[in-house]
Amino acid sequence: MSERAKPRKATPDPGMAIPEPGMAIPEPGMAIPEGRQMPKTQRLTPPAWQGGRAVPPNGDAFHLIGKRSRKLEGLAKVTGRAIYADDIALPRMLHGKLLRSIHAHARIVAIDASAALAMPGVHAVITGKDLPEYFGIIPWTQDEQALCETKARYVGDAIAAVAADSERIAEEALRRIKVRYEVLRAITSIDEGLEHPDIQVNEKASAGNVSKHVHLAFGPVDELLAKSDAVVEAEYWYEGSTHGPIEPHCCVAEFDATGFLTVWSSTQVAHYLHRDLAKVLGLPTQRIRVIQPVVGGAFGGKSEPFSLEFCAAKLSMITGRPVKFLYTREEVFYAHRGRHPMRLRYRTGVMNDGTLTGTDAKIHIDGGAYSSFGLVTTYYSGQLLTAPYAMPAYRFDSTRVFTNKPCCGPKRGHGSVQPRFAFECQLDKLAEKIGMDPIALRRKNHIGEATRTVNGMRVTSNGFLQCLEAVESASEWQRRWRKLPYGRGLGVAGSMYISGTNYCIYPNEMPQSAVQLKLDRSGRATLFCGISDIGQGAESVLAMIVAEELGLDLRDIRVVAADTDLTPVDLGSYSSRETFMCGNAALDAARKLRDLVAETLSERWGVPKGDVVLAQGMAVAASDPRQHAMTVRDAFQAAEARHGTLGSVGWYQSPKLGGDYRGGTIGASPAYSFTAHVAEVECDPEMGQVTVKKIWVAHDCGRALSPVAVEGQMEGSAYMGFGEALMETHTFKPEAVGHGPGIHHGPSLLDYRMPTSMDTPELESIIVESVDPEGPYGAKEAGEGPLHPSIPAIANAIHDALGIRCDRLPFSPPAVLALLKAGDARAAWEQARASLAVTPKAALGTPAGATRPRAGKN
Amino acid sequence: MEPSPSHICRLHVNGDERSCGVTPHTTLLEALRYELGLTGSKQGCDKGDCGACTVLVDGAPVLACITLALATEGRDVRTVEGLAEGATPHPLQDALDRTGGAQCGFCTPGILMSAAALLEREPAPSREAIALALSGNLCRCTGYTKIFEAVELAARELRERGARTR
Repeated sequence: MSERAKPRKATPDPGMAIPEPGMAIPEPGMAIPEGRQMPKTQRLTPPAWQGGRAVPPNGDAFHLIGKRSRKLEGLAKVTGRAIYADDIALPRMLHGKLLRSIHAHARIVAIDASAALAMPGVHAVITGKDLPEYFGIIPWTQDEQALCETKARYVGDAIAAVAADSERIAEEALRRIKVRYEVLRAITSIDEGLEHPDIQVNEKASAGNVSKHVHLAFGPVDELLAKSDAVVEAEYWYEGSTHGPIEPHCCVAEFDATGFLTVWSSTQVAHYLHRDLAKVLGLPTQRIRVIQPVVGGAFGGKSEPFSLEFCAAKLSMITGRPVKFLYTREEVFYAHRGRHPMRLRYRTGVMNDGTLTGTDAKIHIDGGAYSSFGLVTTYYSGQLLTAPYAMPAYRFDSTRVFTNKPCCGPKRGHGSVQPRFAFECQLDKLAEKIGMDPIALRRKNHIGEATRTVNGMRVTSNGFLQCLEAVESASEWQRRWRKLPYGRGLGVAGSMYISGTNYCIYPNEMPQSAVQLKLDRSGRATLFCGISDIGQGAESVLAMIVAEELGLDLRDIRVVAADTDLTPVDLGSYSSRETFMCGNAALDAARKLRDLVAETLSERWGVPKGDVVLAQGMAVAASDPRQHAMTVRDAFQAAEARHGTLGSVGWYQSPKLGGDYRGGTIGASPAYSFTAHVAEVECDPEMGQVTVKKIWVAHDCGRALSPVAVEGQMEGSAYMGFGEALMETHTFKPEAVGHGPGIHHGPSLLDYRMPTSMDTPELESIIVESVDPEGPYGAKEAGEGPLHPSIPAIANAIHDALGIRCDRLPFSPPAVLALLKAGDARAAWEQARASLAVTPKAALGTPAGATRPRAGKN
Repeated sequence: MEPSPSHICRLHVNGDERSCGVTPHTTLLEALRYELGLTGSKQGCDKGDCGACTVLVDGAPVLACITLALATEGRDVRTVEGLAEGATPHPLQDALDRTGGAQCGFCTPGILMSAAALLEREPAPSREAIALALSGNLCRCTGYTKIFEAVELAARELRERGARTR
């Protein structure tokens, strides 16, 4: 093991041997042709800095890291100056529109575009034959075409594209394209898909309508379940939901006379878009430039290429003019790639002392019409559930099914939000069964630091206990849980999440993140990085790291990001990887230059290199700052005179991680974040209305580099989870008089009910900092983990309030009323209170952790 | 957006007299964004659901994507570009930036205009009043908490400023 960070407080000793996976023996019969085993080759190893990555570069304290600061682009955004994709207008630019299928499942017999082409102002029409090449984000499951060539697979599937002088002319042209369909029977549910393998939604499926099947088992599940003192078995339904970024997808493509294509797109994965554009358009990658302008929200919904980018490029290649596509809000609902609906059957066991024994999970996933990230989703539906609790045995069997609906994909907390909901509800039920406080149950099973999960995931830092303690105390849990009057209640839930995945989506051993850093004689630094800022503040975090290392003011750093011509590759903004991976790359690049500057000054001043401090615009010798001091700008100039032009590169590649079995790298991450929520609800038992009064969110993000940004992610996550729990449903109508099946219930922001400022509960964020030995300055992720516990915490709070178990999303008034009527809720409510009184299991002592929770407010 | 505009629309925007060619069905948002280059106001839903296009017409928040450009002739239109005084951001803009109330920033121009209208009629709004005033502006990033904090901060700043100049 290479030298890593010096342990600091709660940091696990990096030299401490993390147990090797003794499990990881998948049962036979796994039908997994793809997936990935740990590659046998050596990996690049990032430099080991003396003192580690977690410590401040200049003395004992940080100057910028951990401080509340503005974002680099903040003032541009609040003054309306930030340029988003739709703000770009090029000379002679045409406007594109997509013709979309009106049938959920139909063969395309013929397309006649002659009337559209004859219209004045229409410049080109393309159909599936013009872009036949298949693409897809996962190399093993490329099953999409920019425009359907032979078959439409959902209402809204793209069939033809028009480029015209204006959007209105393009829309009119769409109405004049005649498509002859042969309507096929549509598959609209998981069960229908499995029962009718002969009616195939997606011909690229391995068999029938199965998109992906995963079966993995770790440890003696049946044996331990049989020995358990209590077992709870239940079935859960997680309804689909969509991302709903306020900015609709938009792109501009320009193919110039030299044969060079430039695409500006509201993407969160410029690098993958770059590769797929080359594949579909048949252009060499070096003749394509992808630029990500400012993006107006994404949440996973812009992490794949979409029809618009290919069509804009192709139409530009045909017309020789720039082409813009801007999706309508309705089209954003069809582009989707949102949360997969999942049916999850769980059997979970516990001993009377609260020790968890094992879990057996059977999961069915509604994938929609295409694969998207589905291969990974299917693994994630089980792989990310083995922490924060020590689970001795675990088995899951997941099947993703193709249906004639818009394709599901990665929404914030990809694939693991649904199983987390089911499992955290299971824990609440088990706690009730053995008469234990659910927080105590979670504490009892805490997996700890520097350990491995049963499926081989390496856990380094872990602040979960501190998260539990923080929400327990902030919500006054001990005084109020099970003690509030009927209709009011508290619920708790926990979770863990990855800080980036350990492998690129396509197999290669090149760095996952890279930066180039240039120091200027003027005292300025410019950082070039493929990083994708989608509002979370990713660019600002990089600037903070560079400024901290080099003693610069934040305003003296420029970040050039997500431009494939100018910036080295970063894989993009997904799986909560940017702070950890790009942050580490930036740290290395900045440290290399800091070293050169310090070396120059140490020679000049005759002091040891470690004595040189670069902070707050000044370079000084710490031992004698009066004698030896100059501005950072002068220090850069001295270093340039001594070493030549100042520039450096930095990159990050994670260590080999995961279990050594097929799929064992999925879910493996260099570091995990941990979260605990307590939700408080007030319910109206007459109307079935659930009001969430408040959610306390405690999140272990490692070191919080930018507390404002971390809180923003925590609050935004809790809000989004709340919306999924109570309001949002991405669902489709069955066939009825006047229309076929598969019509979206309401593809608008009026019908799809995203919480407004009036709906959203009070959110209190409490940052917990377990400094991670491998994160940049000890940082981990904050963007997705804090969403997970929202939903089960609310479900568990409803049980505390009303005595009902909400095992199906959303917890809407009709659903709550039906549950209240189905049984004697009041008796269940009273029994829950009584069970606790009979066998009071005092809260297990909290081990004194050095991790410090800190107040979330300024 | 139309290649052949049929009318000249004269707009009074952010204190300037501007004119552009429109058709009768050109929306105020299209005129602002695509004809006058005022791209600060955003299109999020094209049907009056999200509030990202909110501008002030005679001081009242209006959804520019469902308002016809010609219907606002002769009225006072204010967009996010008209909030700052010269190069100095409006206290609301400054506060949103400081609190982290603008993440992706796409709903921000609309939020700012709704909040500005609120503070002009109610200098010390309660949190409930702020939530109500912003209930037509969807934000998908923040969970609204930091936006509420920003409006409160700006209200305080504006009140103090008012007290100083009195």
